[in-house]
Amino acid sequence: MTAAASLGPSSAPAPGAGEAIVRTERLRRTYQMGSTDLTVLRDVDLRIKPGEYVAIMGPSGSGKSTLLNLLGCLDRPSSGRYLLDGRDVSRLDDDQLSTIRGAKIGFIFQSYNLIHQLNIIENIEVPMIYRGLAEAASERRARELAETVGLGDRLRHRTTELSGGQQQRVAIARALANDPLIILGDEPTGNLDSHSGAEILDLLDGLHAQGKTLVIVTHDDQVSHRAQRVLHMLDGEIERIESKGP
Amino acid sequence: MLLRLRRTVKLGAKSLWMHRLRSTLTALGIVFGVCSVVAMLAIGEGASQEAQEQIARLGSRNIILRSVKPAENQAARSNGNTVQSYGLTYADAERMRLTIPHIEEVIPKRLVTLQTIYRNRTVTAQLVGTVPWYADVHPTHLLRGRFFAPIDMEHQHTVAVVDQQVVEQLFAVDDPLGKDIKIAGKYYTVIGLVTASGPRPGAQRIAPAGAGGGVAGNIYIPLTAFSRSFGEMSTRFVGGTRQAERVELQEITVKVDSTEAVLPTRDILEALLQRFHEKKDYQVVVPLELLRQAARTKRIFNIVLGSIAAISLLVGGIGIMNIMLATVSERTREIGIRRALGARRKDIILQFLSETLLLTLTGGLLGIALGLIVPVLVTYFGKMPTVITGQSLVMAFGISAAVGITFGLYPAYRAAHMDPIESLRHE
Repeated sequence: MTAAASLGPSSAPAPGAGEAIVRTERLRRTYQMGSTDLTVLRDVDLRIKPGEYVAIMGPSGSGKSTLLNLLGCLDRPSSGRYLLDGRDVSRLDDDQLSTIRGAKIGFIFQSYNLIHQLNIIENIEVPMIYRGLAEAASERRARELAETVGLGDRLRHRTTELSGGQQQRVAIARALANDPLIILGDEPTGNLDSHSGAEILDLLDGLHAQGKTLVIVTHDDQVSHRAQRVLHMLDGEIERIESKGP
Repeated sequence: MLLRLRRTVKLGAKSLWMHRLRSTLTALGIVFGVCSVVAMLAIGEGASQEAQEQIARLGSRNIILRSVKPAENQAARSNGNTVQSYGLTYADAERMRLTIPHIEEVIPKRLVTLQTIYRNRTVTAQLVGTVPWYADVHPTHLLRGRFFAPIDMEHQHTVAVVDQQVVEQLFAVDDPLGKDIKIAGKYYTVIGLVTASGPRPGAQRIAPAGAGGGVAGNIYIPLTAFSRSFGEMSTRFVGGTRQAERVELQEITVKVDSTEAVLPTRDILEALLQRFHEKKDYQVVVPLELLRQAARTKRIFNIVLGSIAAISLLVGGIGIMNIMLATVSERTREIGIRRALGARRKDIILQFLSETLLLTLTGGLLGIALGLIVPVLVTYFGKMPTVITGQSLVMAFGISAAVGITFGLYPAYRAAHMDPIESLRHE
């Protein structure tokens, strides 16, 4: 598949309009703490349509990070179902989940989580390695992605030489590497000043404009202003949903 | 799959390179372990081959009998004039030749070390009085001229066959054939030239005390001529006293017709000699046995060496495992990130295992390179023979790989089975 000059719309045929790309049914996550059980996520029903920009907000302990981990296939639910792009991924084994993560999910973290021993291009390439891409192809695509996030002139720099905002941009480029189905962000502006944070959010807006599905966990009101829907969570449940329109 | 493998290995290499000092120190254990394995094997092989060559030169189908002074008599000195006779006799030789089965040849020898003169040069040589078929049993080859023949024996001709080493020292540039040399007041004509048979194991013992300067080589004359010059028995006056020792034959070498028959024949010979000799005034040397013993010694040496090497590599491997565990711990976050980006458990195992393998294989190669140099130095400075076998190199390399896999697997496994979410939260 040739990489488009820009990010472009997803090449995978989108599910029919209205069909959820993310669907959870009574999603529950429980931890065993000694003799007691701690239920962090209670029977969450959720539907996200392709191309939606969803924000998840709530106090600590509300279960938003847990929900994000489940949506990102980093974790498995204790009960309930999670259908990603129509496929039930709730009971898959580690290998299958890892492959799905690499192919369909793009992560953005609060602390960027770049690998500092690698330079910018190499960081962006990481997901492509696990997809089995050849060096030439992955390097080319990494370069393009770096350009689109505005770092085309710093390709060989060590990531430690970058500012927070720049690092987050690398992280975004990396998240786009395998042209994922959804982009999940865990407080992407949490470590950034308002200026850099706004830049990042602009970037995300751009992705949304191109039809990418975004699910962002955040404390930042800026995000909730730009999102189409805001899910407010409390004590492991979705307390209320704010719809903002497109 | 192969592609991913190649990229993962490159990743491992880069990681090792970024921590050059740590990688070097970790690999040192393997380097020295492998180096010492290769070097020690080479030294052991060299010594073993040299020993076997020397023994083989004595003849693997030969049994060497020597006259030795019986132990008890050594105590009984200072008793005025005494003459002791001991050792092997012509009768012994005849008996052996006639009565013992499986014997191909019996070569009696009389030996004495003395001065040989040619023109104005003098050389100390061992005179060997023996029979014409001496060369059948000993590794001497005729280079020029001829060995003495039965007719020389019959007529007690004073002819001599000289070995190379004596020629070099006595004749220098002159052609030895046809020349006369003077031995113990008598002249002998040189009729042949043979190869030197190396340092003879018995030579030192036979030489009287004070021979000094070392023996140049051997001069062979007919046994009968020897007897004519020196009498039926060799008489030696023990320095300072008035004791004399008499020996008929200093040595008899027996050649057996097959390797299987050697040890049984040895037993028969011992029995025979025991019957006809009052005291144990002889010694029986079986090169075949020595060869087998040498092989056994080599095997033991290799086992000991192998154990030492195994222990040192074990220690080296544990060190590597320790470092890799620390590395994995250090990179917990990174592992979590990679897993989040799509790495499966086997990708992580591959990454860290290839790092370890790269470490041990590089260390192994360096160790082999060093291990090749050490024996060369040992041979040059220590004058000891060393032999590097391809087998030892392959083995050393295989060991490095095995150590890498064995001690790298556990840390890699641990890395792969860390929970991604936990890892992402780490540090």
